[in-house]
Amino acid sequence: ADIISTVEFNYSGDLLATGDKGGRVVIFQREQENKSRPHSRGEYNVYSTFQSHEPEFDYLKSLEIEEKINKIRWLPQQNAAHFLLSTNDKTIKLWKISERDKRAEGYNLKDEDGRLRDPFRITALRVPVLKPMDLMVEASPRRIFANAHTYHINSISVNSDHETYLSADDLRINLWHLEITDRSFNIVDIKPANMEELTEVITAAEFHPHHCNVFVYSSSKGTIRLCDMRSSALCDRHSKFFEEPEDPSSRSFFSEIISSISDVKFSHSGQYMMTRDYLSVKVWDLNMENRPVETYQVHEYLRSKLCSLYENDCIFDKFECCWNGSDSAIMTGSYNNFFRMFDRNTRRDITLEASRESSKPRAILKPRKVCTGGKRKKDEISVDSLDFNKKILHTAWHPMENIIAVAATNNLYIFQDKIN
Amino acid sequence: QDTQEKETITPERAEEAKLKAKYPNLGQKPGGSDFLMKRLQKGQKYFDSGDYNMAKAKMKNKQLPSAGPDKNLVTGDHIPTPQDLPQRKSSLVTSKLAG
Repeated sequence: ADIISTVEFNYSGDLLATGDKGGRVVIFQREQENKSRPHSRGEYNVYSTFQSHEPEFDYLKSLEIEEKINKIRWLPQQNAAHFLLSTNDKTIKLWKISERDKRAEGYNLKDEDGRLRDPFRITALRVPVLKPMDLMVEASPRRIFANAHTYHINSISVNSDHETYLSADDLRINLWHLEITDRSFNIVDIKPANMEELTEVITAAEFHPHHCNVFVYSSSKGTIRLCDMRSSALCDRHSKFFEEPEDPSSRSFFSEIISSISDVKFSHSGQYMMTRDYLSVKVWDLNMENRPVETYQVHEYLRSKLCSLYENDCIFDKFECCWNGSDSAIMTGSYNNFFRMFDRNTRRDITLEASRESSKPRAILKPRKVCTGGKRKKDEISVDSLDFNKKILHTAWHPMENIIAVAATNNLYIFQDKIN
Repeated sequence: QDTQEKETITPERAEEAKLKAKYPNLGQKPGGSDFLMKRLQKGQKYFDSGDYNMAKAKMKNKQLPSAGPDKNLVTGDHIPTPQDLPQRKSSLVTSKLAG
């Protein structure tokens, strides 16, 4: 199994898609609840697997284009088929996933195995009948949105109008119509005339969940810009600018690097947005630009390890974050296969681990604790023993229930609330 | 640590001092264009597409001999394919260590 690079539930939560470094997409489906075990929640089983992207080579620029799936976003369901967008660094694809459980039999012009019948041998006319067959799930690429990004695509976001979507790379954001592949509109361009003057890049972008004219994008300098597409065609001038003032006395070589925002997500309500930087998660009220309303420390103990984290490149790891369905809790990953959940109301937080040793099926996860100094208690783990190769970058929360999906390198864990 | 002291060093500053001690020539502007340019150039490989396509044409349907376990060693008839080539390490990485 390859390294998982993205995880996403669909709007109903019945389907869970994962993308990996090898360009494959695996979709899991929640099984219907079993009547004989009424209290057992449905499990997720593999529903469909397909190769979304292949590695490519851009000969003109001598650039290898990785097949790694950077993001998957589902479209809202409109008919029996399911649609999702998947993207690598350069190309976005719209996939249709449909079920086939019937097959026509009794064709006039061909045999059951597909061979053409000799027309002169056909003496009678028959009407083909539909016969049931074993369920087959087919994935087919319906649109390919290519050649619109010079730099590497980091985000895609489906608009609430269900007709358009945006794709963002390091320097530009494009707006697409789902039906049109040969054209896209550039709505943000932060490329300086002189590349020597480049000081920040776009790290993530997302459409507002309800207002189809509003989107946000975050930067490597820790700022978020909210743009309104009604104000102008090119949204280089933001409508709102979110930045937390920095204490100048605490500035260091690492300040800008650890302030870089790796993910931005609107709350389901549309009132708030959440950003993830290297050490913390911040919740912002869209009406207050000068500071976040809540800040949660994910792994503050890493602040005294920044030198070695810079040397091993871990300081550049891009962690994602997510809201639960009611926006009362948030979740993000950390190292050593730990992930953190914060309850916004009670202000309680918990650290859990996604690993084979600590999770047997149906067992309750034990809270973990990192010892930050002094005597290490039993069951605590010291900062120096953390495995920085075991990073949880991608997590997803079911849109309505307390079911979470956690990607730990090449393993996918699905946890749910215990049923008393 | 005594927080009343004027010369309190935050953990971040202490880490910065450690880094500067190891790599004294580290750039003044860490978030500046060098670091970002490296990010924008991910995936650069140097590769002769002419040789590659000629070899593919000659071999027709046969597979090109692929590199041995040591991908850095290219010998004999082997024409490098994009998959075989190691990623060119961008100069920022070497400068971080070489100083």
